[in-house]
Amino acid sequence: MGFDRFHGTATYIADPDLLSSVNAAIALGRPLLVKGEPGTGKTRLAHAVAQALGYPLLGWHVKSTTKAQEGLYTYDVVQRLNDSRFGDHDVSDIRRYIKLGVLGRAFTAKEPTVVLIDEIDKADVEFPNDLLRELDEMAFSIHELDETVTARHRPVTIITSNAEKELPDAFLRRCIFHYIAFPDRERMTEIVRVHLPAVDQVLLDAAMDRFFAIRKVGGIRKAPSTSELVDWLTVLVKAGLDPERVRREDPFLGLLLKQEQDQAALGTQRRRG
Amino acid sequence: MFTDLLFALRARGLPIGAGEWLVFLDGLQRGLASDVDALYRFGRSVLCRSEADYDAFDLAFTDTFGGAAVSPEVAAALAAWLEAAAAFNPDAPPPPELDPEKLWEEFLKRLAEQKGRHSGGNHWIGTGGTSPFGHSGRNPNGMRVGGAPRGGGGRGGAVQLAEERRWANYRDDRVLDVRDLEVALRMLRAFRRDGPVELDLDETIRKTCENAGDVELIERPARKNQVHLVLMMDAGGSMAPHAEKVERLFSAASRMRVFKSFKAYYFHNCVYDRIYTDMEQLRRVSTAQVIDGLGPRHRVFMVGDASMAPYELFQSYGWLGREGVPGVDWLRRIARRSPGSAWLNPDPEQYWQHPTVAAIGRIFPMFPLTVAGLRSAVRAVRVPRARPHVA
Repeated sequence: MGFDRFHGTATYIADPDLLSSVNAAIALGRPLLVKGEPGTGKTRLAHAVAQALGYPLLGWHVKSTTKAQEGLYTYDVVQRLNDSRFGDHDVSDIRRYIKLGVLGRAFTAKEPTVVLIDEIDKADVEFPNDLLRELDEMAFSIHELDETVTARHRPVTIITSNAEKELPDAFLRRCIFHYIAFPDRERMTEIVRVHLPAVDQVLLDAAMDRFFAIRKVGGIRKAPSTSELVDWLTVLVKAGLDPERVRREDPFLGLLLKQEQDQAALGTQRRRG
Repeated sequence: MFTDLLFALRARGLPIGAGEWLVFLDGLQRGLASDVDALYRFGRSVLCRSEADYDAFDLAFTDTFGGAAVSPEVAAALAAWLEAAAAFNPDAPPPPELDPEKLWEEFLKRLAEQKGRHSGGNHWIGTGGTSPFGHSGRNPNGMRVGGAPRGGGGRGGAVQLAEERRWANYRDDRVLDVRDLEVALRMLRAFRRDGPVELDLDETIRKTCENAGDVELIERPARKNQVHLVLMMDAGGSMAPHAEKVERLFSAASRMRVFKSFKAYYFHNCVYDRIYTDMEQLRRVSTAQVIDGLGPRHRVFMVGDASMAPYELFQSYGWLGREGVPGVDWLRRIARRSPGSAWLNPDPEQYWQHPTVAAIGRIFPMFPLTVAGLRSAVRAVRVPRARPHVA
């Protein structure tokens, strides 16, 4: 196997910068931290990498209450108590009550895996620090069993962040970093074509013009992103709207701008210009 | 020649440590960069930690590999190096897990051997070999390497991209929006468990189960943020052009609700015996009282351009100063009372030559009012010992 192991997939278009970062992370066995505007395909990247490499994908979707420990293992002490009182299981075997988390499963898997740690910035500020050693050494210990779990295969680890919180320096130092830039028009056309192969070029041009113009309007708080564009175009195609009308009226604007103030800001801009 | 890149990156302010640099060199050894474009991409993904670093990386890359006058020998040297690197067996197994301490030791050793920026700078990087560092000696004078990847047929795409500075808008020394400021301010938080006692449910369940069902209640003090935030903002005439920036900082700070308390005060040009609690400067309180209320857990950010007529700062009959204490003394009292204080200046740094700015800069550490500046200011006021245990 050479260095360039990931080339994107039929449904995932990646630019050369991103490909290079993914391949560097795979080759060096380091986690890849992906940042970027919402809707630039950060999470889908993990799916595409797993698909391209033929590895199973283990997803860990982080929430504000997620603890680092949950990714390694949890010890279901309540179940054990319940079993000791009412069950007919043998409760002397603690192993039965240890449940491996996503990293735990990836480390013990027989074949290499892709691990997605999605939206790591949603968790507590200390969360990334709590995973430093595990991601570095790809090992952790289970205190209840007095055992150490060491990764058979270093999983390809992809971590996404929306930059809601700063990640600690010590954590950043250990990651390969990539920022997914918002696609330019050319690449956006490619992406849209993947989702809507049959879309009419004139309509596509009109929609693209409006889409990029709206993104430039000052004072918009949540600029529309790829997924919103695709949804909007899908509806435009279904409704069979005339491209000229799309240019003139921004029909179904709610699909692009989901905040009332943003629609108002666009309205102001249109009246002025 | 890559050492030049390291120095250029550090000169551009990227805090690259031994660890990342060794990862970078290791990747080069293993042929992860077979041409200039790949070198650029690979370097950026390893050496940058945030999109805010991309522009500095572009600049440093241009500094190192994008010189206007690129000698053909240099281009050939780079091409030869890259080819040798590409020939390196890419199927080689991943590098052995090196003990970070050992790496660091080794790094320091190499650094000590290296006499200066240009002598033997690439001692620890080369074309082949199996040492984690390698050596080449190809480039004893630490020359500047041109951007033409092979055969000197024009500039490499990566260098061109770097020169375009596509990432300039992502730098964090710009003033960004309220959310960015909030993220920066959030670093001020210092939690400590000394609130009212609360039930630790998880631990109670665990302990109870371990006791085979005998309930054991575990309690602990609640986590509370200890930091009080105080903003003192100049609302004087010279601040009018910066009103929007200051307003953003104010809304970020007031929106956060994570601080134990948040207070905002306004002053005109400089702080005197009265300070205002509203921007219109109608409601005033005694400055002495405000200062008395400051404690070690207060973090005070002074916001202002710090440029005024010298007498406004130094003479005891300053603006409305009836008690006869010059403004500079009020500032000193604030700084002394609250060591966790800093001055945020909305003027760009090149305008800080003004005498009163320098004088105030000796009282408070001064930072530009940008996201990066605020971050540095936050770091400066977080007294190191005030990093309490976070349970």
